[in-house]
Amino acid sequence: MFQKTFDWLDERLGLKTIYATVLDRKVPKVNWWFTLGSASLFLFLLQGITGIMLTIYYVPSPDHAYDSIQYIMTSVSYGWLIRGIHHWGASLMVLIVFFHMLRTFYFGAYKYPREFTWVTGVFLLLLTLGMGFTGYLLPWNQRAYWATTVATSIAGTVPFIGNFINQVLRGGVDLSAVTLARFFSVHIWWFPAMIAGLIGVHLYMVIRLGISSVPKEED
Amino acid sequence: MPSSPHMSRREFVAIVTAAAGTVMGALIGIPAIGYLITPALQKVAADVWIPVGPTANYPVGTPTLFNFNRTKVNGWEKTVNSYGVFVIQHEDGSFLALSNKCTHLSCRVNWKTDSSAYICPCHDAYFDINGQIIKGPQPRPLDAYETKIEADILYIHFVGS
Repeated sequence: MFQKTFDWLDERLGLKTIYATVLDRKVPKVNWWFTLGSASLFLFLLQGITGIMLTIYYVPSPDHAYDSIQYIMTSVSYGWLIRGIHHWGASLMVLIVFFHMLRTFYFGAYKYPREFTWVTGVFLLLLTLGMGFTGYLLPWNQRAYWATTVATSIAGTVPFIGNFINQVLRGGVDLSAVTLARFFSVHIWWFPAMIAGLIGVHLYMVIRLGISSVPKEED
Repeated sequence: MPSSPHMSRREFVAIVTAAAGTVMGALIGIPAIGYLITPALQKVAADVWIPVGPTANYPVGTPTLFNFNRTKVNGWEKTVNSYGVFVIQHEDGSFLALSNKCTHLSCRVNWKTDSSAYICPCHDAYFDINGQIIKGPQPRPLDAYETKIEADILYIHFVGS
């Protein structure tokens, strides 16, 4: 029964071909450092799922942001767990993505024909940092408020257009409800959508080009 | 493979995989579902006896207004609602506690001694001293609270949310 259902679906969707292309592709003999990309992908999905869960209760407004998080932490069953995973997963994701970049760099895996994979990876790293930056404001506590004040002020030191950049980031002269709303929007819509799209391109090239082997003495 | 009375390796792996999968599914699923349905499991209804003061505060035959506030919590939001209750001591020493909320559209009624009636300022609903309808648009008499006396203190039974 299961076999017949699967065959019916496979005939139409090509599931076996997808499996063979994506998971059964030939890879050179590599080591554990080559798992960092999969780890990054896993963390992105984990952050996505826990983040979606958090939006059930979180309200991005100066009146409610802090209180809604207190509610998640103290009153909602397993709220501490879901926010805890999102909180620590965020730091871990920055770390793992960065190590993934270091591995690619030290093993020379960015060279021909994988230059464009590297370029999309650079944007993915920057977007990951952007997720950290925008997510940090959302708890709307003292640390979040002043960290964002300082960070947007740093952006304001750019010559000539610094003040403009600062005001675009803050949505005005001061940190306000406008800042919180746009950071929330960027954190849950803009950056995740861009990351998901770039991961698609990144993985397409990984599958199309295959992964590089560990450099040998003669390389 | 020679036939064996014991389970095959393949069967064993299938059972272990299913068991491990169930445990992992529960570890992820229970917190996720608990997280989502928490608000439905929290008790919001109130069922309390509220002290409204010594019985001596309430003269026989004169409705006396007592005001109190109740805080309602929804999630992280607290709402303070105020309530008014007319307490009437009858000549036999029994007590009647009537909500001052008009049963028509929830305006607050006032006791008018010269008319011997609770009169609603909104649509001229008249209730007698025991809350029964005299005239007006109201569909039912004023709501009464259950009362009890403990150590000379009068309590009203507040049931609500």
